[in-house]
Amino acid sequence: MDKKKPKKVFVQGAIPPEKIANSVANHQSKTNIGAHSIFLGQIRADEVEGKTVTAIDYTAYEEMAENVFHEIREAAFAKFDITCAHIYHSLGKVNVGELCLFVFTSSAHRKIAIEATNFFVEEIKAKVPVFGKEIFEDETHQWKVNGRHYT
Amino acid sequence: MKVTVKYFGLVAEAAEKSEEVLELNGELTAMELKSQCLNSLAIADKESVQIAVNQNLDDTITLKDGDEVALLPPFAGG
Repeated sequence: MDKKKPKKVFVQGAIPPEKIANSVANHQSKTNIGAHSIFLGQIRADEVEGKTVTAIDYTAYEEMAENVFHEIREAAFAKFDITCAHIYHSLGKVNVGELCLFVFTSSAHRKIAIEATNFFVEEIKAKVPVFGKEIFEDETHQWKVNGRHYT
Repeated sequence: MKVTVKYFGLVAEAAEKSEEVLELNGELTAMELKSQCLNSLAIADKESVQIAVNQNLDDTITLKDGDEVALLPPFAGG
């Protein structure tokens, strides 16, 4: 019952690029899959009033967040004919250029996988209690709000 | 009755703590507790702070002894 099992989403620090390659490799034995869709969130060096973001420090209401991630997974499996789905989100400090979110869905056909990935990303941004402190080069900070730049 | 209040993100920063146990007298809704907790804090947009009672984002809930309440600033995942 792979798809029903609650999985730990949070990882400490940045998501290493090798994890993406390993995840793809782990699915090569599942030959009913015809398409993978991957979303990778990367920390952007935003400029705010002349100061540049150097990292985001993520915190979360972890118990609630893990439950919400699980609900999003359940909703995705009910809505889309996907074979499997994996989500990883960073906690703690992630530097600009590093990865903070990895969504990986697989299906027999590409459209379903692409739509499912999009659903995951939108739901995660809207519903999961994760908080981000944007740290500038001078050690000052501001709090990130989703949708402030654009949706 | 006692409830545990958890603070996150900019709310934790303004409150200078991440958690406390409050002793409450009489009936109180989540919305009322939220106002009480945020009242003294230097937060620009208090409307944007949500309250969860036992992980449920419904501020009309009447609090019970032993509830876990969380004050959640805007989400910033991804």
